[in-house]
Amino acid sequence: MVILQHSRSQNSAYDLDATFFALADPTRRAILARLVDGEATVNDLVAPFNISQPAISKHLKVLERAGLISASLDKQKRPRRIEAAPLEEAVDWLEKYRELWEGNYKRLDALLGVMKTENKNKKKKIGGKK
Amino acid sequence: MSNSDLKVAARGDRELVISRTFDAPAQMVFDAYTKPELLRQWLLGMDGWTMTVCEVDLRVGGRYRYVWRKEKTNDEMGMGGAFQEIINPEKFVATEQFDQEWYPGGALSTITFTETDGKTFLQNVMQYDTNEAREAVLASPMEDGLAPGYDRLEALVTNEKRSAAKGE
Repeated sequence: MVILQHSRSQNSAYDLDATFFALADPTRRAILARLVDGEATVNDLVAPFNISQPAISKHLKVLERAGLISASLDKQKRPRRIEAAPLEEAVDWLEKYRELWEGNYKRLDALLGVMKTENKNKKKKIGGKK
Repeated sequence: MSNSDLKVAARGDRELVISRTFDAPAQMVFDAYTKPELLRQWLLGMDGWTMTVCEVDLRVGGRYRYVWRKEKTNDEMGMGGAFQEIINPEKFVATEQFDQEWYPGGALSTITFTETDGKTFLQNVMQYDTNEAREAVLASPMEDGLAPGYDRLEALVTNEKRSAAKGE
């Protein structure tokens, strides 16, 4: 099971809470999807999303805080680009969660198999006595 | 990846629904979920962990407590809660809280066992305490069945992983 990191340091795992919070919003997911195609500035994003520039900036801030995107400092318009690592961790979390349960349930399958066999044997014995 | 029908899905704002079918009658699955001697045999989590404490007081208001230990590192992880409703073998409702909060707060787990033709459909609805982060877990990638752009995102992540593996 993955322990969520509530503090963030440069060497440690990304803050999954922040990542999931950032991913929870459909507009932010759409912005991320747009950034997969390449860098984009705030203005690039205003038109297709049909929301105000401040609103876009707010979303970008959340994504940036989660480490999902970064801004190029060297250019005046600071185009944003996507950062894969934190997202990778988020996807991994879900996959690990699923794997964890699948592992448990496979053991449960085996146990139920044993229990069924035992039940049958019991019934046979009872039947045999009659 | 596997032929099991295990599903993990988001529902509403704070629920996570786990479901799966077992090839056994409901009473058997219910027992496996509520009797310590049976629980110990399957509810282990990741490889290398064993269940060191498994106590279940199966009555409304009764408590349960699980502790797992990783032998190699002596790491321990514990959780517990109380039963709020029990309809043997159809359903039970219990709270859960981990000692180490790997998610903030606790959750309410409603597990139903529905038997059809000797098979049991199990559904575990986990309702998390109001919490932005957990809502986010539930609302995240799974819910919209992934927007097309999101699929590309995943592909990107996979590529990154491959590059990393190659040591680039």
